[in-house]
Amino acid sequence: MIGFWTLFYKEVLRFWKVAFQTVAAPVLTAMLYLMIFGHVLEDHVRVHGIGYTSFLIPGLVMMQVLQNAFANSSSSLIQAKITGSIVFVLLPPLPYSSFFIAYVLAAMLRGIMVGVGVLLVTVWFVDLQVVAPGWVLLFAVLSGALFGALGMIAGIWVEKFDQLAAFQNFLIMPLTMLSGVFYSIYTLPTFWQRLSHYNPVFYMIDGFRYGFFGVSDVSPVHSLAVVASCFALTSLLTLALLKRGWKLRT
Amino acid sequence: MIPAVSIVDVVKTFGSLRALDGLSLDIQQGEFFGLLGPNGAGKTTLISALAGLARLDSGCIRVLGHDVVRDFRQARRLLGVVPQELVFDPFFSVRETLRIQSGYFGIRRNDDWIDEILHHLDLTSKADANMRRLSGGMKRRVLVAQALVHKPPVIVLDEPTAGVDVELRQGLWQFVRRLNGEGHTIILTTHYLEEAEALCNRIALMKQGQLLALDSTVNLMAAHPGASLEEVFLRTMQR
Repeated sequence: MIGFWTLFYKEVLRFWKVAFQTVAAPVLTAMLYLMIFGHVLEDHVRVHGIGYTSFLIPGLVMMQVLQNAFANSSSSLIQAKITGSIVFVLLPPLPYSSFFIAYVLAAMLRGIMVGVGVLLVTVWFVDLQVVAPGWVLLFAVLSGALFGALGMIAGIWVEKFDQLAAFQNFLIMPLTMLSGVFYSIYTLPTFWQRLSHYNPVFYMIDGFRYGFFGVSDVSPVHSLAVVASCFALTSLLTLALLKRGWKLRT
Repeated sequence: MIPAVSIVDVVKTFGSLRALDGLSLDIQQGEFFGLLGPNGAGKTTLISALAGLARLDSGCIRVLGHDVVRDFRQARRLLGVVPQELVFDPFFSVRETLRIQSGYFGIRRNDDWIDEILHHLDLTSKADANMRRLSGGMKRRVLVAQALVHKPPVIVLDEPTAGVDVELRQGLWQFVRRLNGEGHTIILTTHYLEEAEALCNRIALMKQGQLLALDSTVNLMAAHPGASLEEVFLRTMQR
């Protein structure tokens, strides 16, 4: 267990030492989104009877949780692979399950820290109620872990920073932006509504939002089942890659 | 006595290249063993396979009786490897790096031994310096320190003095000799043959993944009267 805790501690220390970049900067970005979109749309748009700024906040929080969890594990692995310092974790007797859990927990922690930061600075703009905190926590933890695991797959798979940027810009960013962060999918044309149901991030944001307002586009139990299944599949794939040493051991 | 390292008929290919071609040898406990050969001989591939960084196509390697694949956790606990490349984690100080490395091997509160290693490698004054601020020679010393944090009985040094100044070399060899005197098995690869001649009790000469010669340093030299190890090396490679 000491090996696992050390790897977890190292991963947390790694992002904490550059917290201005890894925690403060995404909080500022989310605040800018809120100020701009909230100012423009607050008087014109209501979703499920909720004011637009209030509706937007949970989406922004979850978007930052996901993007930062992904960034943490993926950047840590790609940096270690490129600099060669990955040998320091490959040489010791660490079981691959410890490797997986330590990276995913650290990624999830960074995502949630950024999410809490976003929440703390944005609640000054509106009086935000949380009707079901259990759902909020459950979706934050599970979704952060899922994107932490996805970041591990990306970090193991890619060999250059530009490949990782492509992964982020052409997969992660569209999935999060087109998931209902800024709108309810029921405001979309039928085709795009249907397509949104194939985006797992939609369920993460919808379930997370349910915890705040008690209303959602689909049932939170349905969302939880989708997110939990995606997490299970991603975890199994990551564990299989680590066990094989794919792109880590020659 | 169980060999410190037992290598049995190992084969490793990269496409059409046979980096290790049916190589077998035993390294006994307490030996100071030299693994020599030209670039591309397979030395680093062999060390990578020993350390679990490379997977063999066939054959097996055991460290003090523990298979490096089937019983990898125990085998890796017994092994300390100084990699050839000058690698480091830029986020941490020297002391943080060594504490973290100790933790990976399941050791908490290792500061007494860390201080001793830092002292012997002349790194005490740099303990709290960030790794990025160290010179190449100092980074090399930290790599040696990282390999020693868990006091492994078998220590592998893959070209540890490449690009290192004379003073550090002397200090490093003094420390490694002391570890060998205390019973640690040392496996050394180097292109500085005079170092191998002075330090190693036994030497293996490799070429294209195969073993060309394996004998004590004394016997190798005796077979070529009046020749230096460099001449022995060149003659063996030209066979």
